[in-house]
Amino acid sequence: MIDRANIGRTFPPFEVEVDKSRLRLFAKAIGETRPVYLDEAAARAAGYRSLLAPPTFVNCLAADDPRGFQYLQDLGVPMARMLHAEQTFNYRGPLCAGDRVVVERRVADIYDKKGGALEFIRFELTVRNAADGTLIADCISLLAIRNEVAR
Amino acid sequence: MSILPPIGTALPALTLPPLNRATLALYAGGSGDHVPLHIDAAFAKNAGYPDVFMHGMLGMAYVGRMLTEWMPQSRLKQFSGRFVAITYPDEQLTATGRVVEHGAGGVPGQLRVDVTLANAAGEPKFTGGAVFEA
Repeated sequence: MIDRANIGRTFPPFEVEVDKSRLRLFAKAIGETRPVYLDEAAARAAGYRSLLAPPTFVNCLAADDPRGFQYLQDLGVPMARMLHAEQTFNYRGPLCAGDRVVVERRVADIYDKKGGALEFIRFELTVRNAADGTLIADCISLLAIRNEVAR
Repeated sequence: MSILPPIGTALPALTLPPLNRATLALYAGGSGDHVPLHIDAAFAKNAGYPDVFMHGMLGMAYVGRMLTEWMPQSRLKQFSGRFVAITYPDEQLTATGRVVEHGAGGVPGQLRVDVTLANAAGEPKFTGGAVFEA
């Protein structure tokens, strides 16, 4: 079981620059072909600073944590028994190529169901403009862990 | 303020090609999610799964495409849902959605849509909703 004392814990924030070529690869992976996601001139004509990140991309910034999956190890989460159960995005403004953002992760909740056979951790990821701290989005991920329970 | 699409309005569905392993490899690269369950069949089998399976967030990205083809992304305020079943290679997915509420979150100009991503047999993989500012 994961120590409930971790509720409210935060991890070291990290800074990321949103990269144009990565946005194009992401667009290709999800089959996105509209110009605002691929062509800089089209994105500017639509009023964006540069290529627009598709709505679910912002959560991918979590993968840029220089500490990797250390946050899961810090909590004692077994990755092979972990599944993504739910995801929520709250959007405040667009995320575009060239943006420098600060990403911070917090443990919002830990609870279990079925006598501990299923354990849940809710993480909140906040993504802010690095220059002025403006909130761009928050991403709330609920992870489920299958535990072996002695009967 | 623009007129809200009536409750019950169906969003144009987005039908995807059958899922293949090359797409999973591309998504692993583009998303930065390199968890081997999605790209290494031997690893997945060792972990008790019959094969590699789709990143749940790829399914959500497909639903995001349907949403932003219907209404500009700048109007999307919230997008959420549950990953209810695993998707394996060769499954063919379709995203659908429907307007279910006006005044979502107590804001008169906002509307809520319910969304589902399901396979050809109608088995849901992702169910959720989105809030747009009209």
